[in-house]
Amino acid sequence: MVDAKKYPAPVTNPETAAFWDAAKQGKFMIKRCTACGEAHYFPRSICPFCYSDKTVWEEASGEGTIYTWSLMRKSPTGPYAIGYVTLKEGPSVQTNFVDCDLEKLKIGQKVKVVFKPTDGAPLPFFTPA
Amino acid sequence: MTIKGKAYIAGIYEHPTRHAPDKSTAQLHAEVAKGAIEDAGLSKDDVDGYFCAGDAPGGAWPMVDYLGLNTKKLRHVDSTETGGCSYIIHLGHAAEAIAAGKCSIALITLAGKPRTGVMPPRAAGAEADFESAYGATTHNAYGMCAMRHMHDYGTTSEQLAWIKVAASHHAQYNPHAMLKDVVTVEDVLNSPMISDPLHRMDCCVVSDGGGALIVTTPEIAKSLKKPLVKLIGHGEAMKGPRGGKDLDLTYSAGIWSGPRAFEEAGITPKDIKYASIYDSFTITVLMQLEDLGFCKKGEGGKFVADGNLISGVGKLPFNTDGGGLCSNHPVNRGGMTKIIEAVRQLRGEAHPKVQVKNCDLAIAHGTGGLLGVRHAASTAILERV
Repeated sequence: MVDAKKYPAPVTNPETAAFWDAAKQGKFMIKRCTACGEAHYFPRSICPFCYSDKTVWEEASGEGTIYTWSLMRKSPTGPYAIGYVTLKEGPSVQTNFVDCDLEKLKIGQKVKVVFKPTDGAPLPFFTPA
Repeated sequence: MTIKGKAYIAGIYEHPTRHAPDKSTAQLHAEVAKGAIEDAGLSKDDVDGYFCAGDAPGGAWPMVDYLGLNTKKLRHVDSTETGGCSYIIHLGHAAEAIAAGKCSIALITLAGKPRTGVMPPRAAGAEADFESAYGATTHNAYGMCAMRHMHDYGTTSEQLAWIKVAASHHAQYNPHAMLKDVVTVEDVLNSPMISDPLHRMDCCVVSDGGGALIVTTPEIAKSLKKPLVKLIGHGEAMKGPRGGKDLDLTYSAGIWSGPRAFEEAGITPKDIKYASIYDSFTITVLMQLEDLGFCKKGEGGKFVADGNLISGVGKLPFNTDGGGLCSNHPVNRGGMTKIIEAVRQLRGEAHPKVQVKNCDLAIAHGTGGLLGVRHAASTAILERV
């Protein structure tokens, strides 16, 4: 059911193209600042914490825990669960939970990244680990 | 430098319509502008400052032209766009402009028709590729806040329901309210789940309509015939996940805008007799009450329970027009009507059944954007002179 859902292709831009290129290889990337050491998401070229431009791409583990979620009971494409995942590396990311019983999601539950195709680069989603 | 006492709200107008398929959006702006100018006892040619947000068709300069404002006189314009709280921010900015001598009679308008037709989408932010596919809507973004608040603090659906119950008690006296029936906690819990854990009755209405304000100098306000209502404190703030490091959906930017406003006003939440609190959802109210300091963080559930927000019953009468939960939510933006009902309370013009006795200090607080994603907040503290 969820797999049949059509997701929009990312537009991409010069600042984020490397994220989407990596996604095509099944890699989930975050940015880390080599000046302050902090990781962030979504990726920026200037660190949002210390304003250094010394940010580098890093492949994330793709593992994290559910910070919160909400199950949208009705939509033109059916029910879907939106939420945030706090990655092992620190940053929290907005996502949908897929390939699982959406009524059994729990805050604190362990999840892992899974990519879903679009007409362009694939999009990251999360599913119970 | 402070805006305390430097500006008065001399004119208010809330459009009585809740569904306006036969009117244009610009027309609704003109109707509310006319209403507020007449309420103040002024003429449109007196207006020398104009404030509008993203709902104004074409932005400020087409609106100034359409409204026929006196362009020889108009010398200050502000189109700050911060969603539903834009108009509370405009109120503060109008006071700043008036205090600086940049204008003396400011008009602020809001109008639109989301009930008649779908609103145009907001321009995409830098986050679009990383968020838009996930379908964040108002319902589920606030659902995510409520889910986490319940997890961290044990807040319950019953407690949230009390906020809707209180709003419905007030709405029964508002002839223009969309939902006039008094509801119970059970009614709210039995309404369909929209986006967990929010039920349909945890959500505000969708309505066409609008509202407008006239903000002016103390001298001009005193020359007019309306009861005097002055702005004594104002705050604004923004909040987002900031790179995913600061994600905490249990509080809002009200935690910063509120104290800024109270500090400027020189009062505390205990002094407030009436509170207009943006009620896009029940959870919005609960979080704002905590953030503004009416109770401790995490104790909002206990605070709102058992009718504590009902005028004449509880300690903090709120949204005595029925608010967004029952009366209206023009353009999906609740900030304007929050100011208007606060002014009615301070003037003694609220419905007698919900009028707060000796109402001399009121707060109007709102947020814009999505508390569950990124948002703005603004707080205004008003005093009857």
